[in-house]
Amino acid sequence: MWKEAGIEPLTGKPIVFPSDDYELPRPARDDAWWRGLSRLGVFRKGLAVALEVPGLILLASAAGFGALARDAGLTVVDAVFMMGVFFALPAQVVMVDQLARGGALMGGALVVMLTGVRLVPMCVLLTPYLKGPRATRPGMLLAAHFIAVTAWMEGYRRLPRVPELHRFDYFIGIGTGLLIASLVGTAAGFLLAGTVPSLIAAVLLFLTPVYFLLALLSGATERADYLAIVAGLLLEPPLFLMVPGFDLLITGLLGGTLAFFASRLEKRT
Amino acid sequence: MNELGTGATTLLLMLAISLFMHEPWRWLGLAVGSRIDIQSPWFQWVRGVASALVAGLVVRLTLFPAGALAAVSSGVRLSAMAAGIAVFLFTGRHLGAGVGTGALVLVAGRLLFG
Repeated sequence: MWKEAGIEPLTGKPIVFPSDDYELPRPARDDAWWRGLSRLGVFRKGLAVALEVPGLILLASAAGFGALARDAGLTVVDAVFMMGVFFALPAQVVMVDQLARGGALMGGALVVMLTGVRLVPMCVLLTPYLKGPRATRPGMLLAAHFIAVTAWMEGYRRLPRVPELHRFDYFIGIGTGLLIASLVGTAAGFLLAGTVPSLIAAVLLFLTPVYFLLALLSGATERADYLAIVAGLLLEPPLFLMVPGFDLLITGLLGGTLAFFASRLEKRT
Repeated sequence: MNELGTGATTLLLMLAISLFMHEPWRWLGLAVGSRIDIQSPWFQWVRGVASALVAGLVVRLTLFPAGALAAVSSGVRLSAMAAGIAVFLFTGRHLGAGVGTGALVLVAGRLLFG
């Protein structure tokens, strides 16, 4: 049922992936926890996730984005709207940062496009869980919109333990709750950034990079992922100084390619 | 910010960039679903590029920050980042603990060393 795909470098645990005859895990939680719940009830259980740690982190990092957007000269409406339509902090931060530095809009949009590639594997991995009796086509598009690092991690962690019938509604609840948290956070961060002491404003701005790096690390499963992260960390400073504006694009392409070939070479020997 | 315009123009531009350059990745992910082998080399490469790019963004935001964060010295910023990573790893990858520690160390460092 499971096949091994290597050893995780940090914990030393084997990484397992579903094999072709893989069946979704059966719900471990007692079915009684879910019994008699209406669709709305399941949705609300999902919403409640926003009140736990992931929701709070998202609230805080969205506040960081709100502060960044204000620094870049956006209005509060722009910032909240941007949070809602993208619902992926890396894309938004890249774009706002590019614009704040007076970079070209088209260049920013291209980098946004590159950051979005990360969402493909996340969507691919959640689709089997979301497809079910309750999933409709527009519903799946909505669910996909919610898939960004935080909602993906919560979905991937929780959905296998949810009865198949409820998975879709539960995830829509998770996504809606996290979206609301991020919108509130963005507005709060934006409005507070002007009035709070500069120290708190600095902390809000700092939450975003810390959260990204830790989320990247927690999303990394293979040695190639760690190599790519390290390559990105090392390549960015010189590239930022040498080719400002294209630094992220080149860091991504060069770092990712180097990491890819390094891990292939390592596997072969 | 001039390139994004103002008011409704800004919102429409953002919506267009999102719909045409960002959201399609999510749709692609849905469509691909279980059909493609996510262990394929092509996929691994794309993953690497995306990870390196976001890691680069982390460095850019930490080493070359804009706004209020620039007032904190780079030594304090890097120490806070390192502390966040360390606590994250030692608490069994607890995201909240790592982010919280990073924030606390930044505050402490700023107050103590500027």
